[in-house]
Amino acid sequence: MKEHLYNYIISIADNSLILAQRLGELCGHGPTLETDIAGTNISLDLIGQTRNYYQYAAKVQGEGKTEDDLAFLRLEREYKNVLLVEQPNDHFGYVMGRQYLFDVFHLLFMTEMLNSKDETLAAIAKKGIKEVSYHKRFSGDWVKRLGDGTEESNKKMQEAIDDLWVYTDELFDLTEADEAMIVEGIGVDTSKFKETYYKEVSKLLKESNIIVPEGKYFTRGGKKGIHSEYMGYILSDLQYMQRTYPNMEW
Amino acid sequence: MIITQPANIEPHLIPILEKVSDPEIPVLTVLDLGVIREAIEEGTVVKVKLTPTYSGCPAMDVIGDDLKKAFEPLGKTVEVELVLSPAWSTDWISEAGLQKMEAYGIARPLSETADKEVLLGNAKKVICPQCKSTNTHLVSQFGSTACKALFKCDDCLEPFDYFKCLK
Repeated sequence: MKEHLYNYIISIADNSLILAQRLGELCGHGPTLETDIAGTNISLDLIGQTRNYYQYAAKVQGEGKTEDDLAFLRLEREYKNVLLVEQPNDHFGYVMGRQYLFDVFHLLFMTEMLNSKDETLAAIAKKGIKEVSYHKRFSGDWVKRLGDGTEESNKKMQEAIDDLWVYTDELFDLTEADEAMIVEGIGVDTSKFKETYYKEVSKLLKESNIIVPEGKYFTRGGKKGIHSEYMGYILSDLQYMQRTYPNMEW
Repeated sequence: MIITQPANIEPHLIPILEKVSDPEIPVLTVLDLGVIREAIEEGTVVKVKLTPTYSGCPAMDVIGDDLKKAFEPLGKTVEVELVLSPAWSTDWISEAGLQKMEAYGIARPLSETADKEVLLGNAKKVICPQCKSTNTHLVSQFGSTACKALFKCDDCLEPFDYFKCLK
């Protein structure tokens, strides 16, 4: 039970951490000042949620570890985030496409987590849900603006959605920890809103003049710790300070 | 009307807590902001329950340190506990706090419905803290801190921050 709960919290937290790190890469490099600030604001919200999850996970684990140990000192295979969040910032279409595909899931997930029997997870959801709905509004607006914009922006948005689509199905994969936590009434049964997810995403894509991909092939692995080639680079950036100056603090 | 969630703060600690301000909006004390949910003195230890405005608000760590510093000269140590539930709401900012905020140049949060309208760019309701005009428009949904959005006044042409409604 304890191990399953720990693994469960970690897998949710890692999604937010890695996505926050990807958004953080854009700090000072956003296409405009407003989008730059928006990206880092979203990143900050996600890091805040991550900290709450890791603090809780460390407590559950009971080995005296801190949130920093969990964020910075694990090996690649020990991170359980989905592949979607580690995909690179190739261009702004990818950044907003990745964000939107995750935000829709994230909001549905948090809405369910409000009912978790675990008080801490329910409290994190209650706090985070307001932030996540704001993120979705922003990313959804941009998918629409780019998709329904110029010929060039539409092409780029379509390209991003086509490439990122293969990572969406993994969002709904259930690991052993997921299943154990669903039985306990702690975890979220993502299969409950899979259909809603694809309906909502498809609706916005259609409104944005984006063709909804029909491919049935999906890539998965992150939730089991088998990551894409990008993960090592993300971690070397993320973990640099802690590896170079062990035990450093802010 | 502002409905304030009662916080359990021992009255004799208030003068000291009033000296601790929000590092991002220095005119507001932590009491104005409503982030202190409990402050109880037990011997030489002051136990404080702090709630974040936003999950990632970096001001929380600084506020925790500032609380420790404020009680240090009195020979008291502070134990800060971060509480997430119930989640902080802009309703918890005191009326005095809202007035200080406006004088500082940040527009106060509107009601939940009006907030949605202005952040979607559908209505002109945010009052410019400089010239009091409502002829203002949204520049960016995200502002200089997690709790604010960026607006511009179309009359006096000054850009300003709007404190987003959070409920």
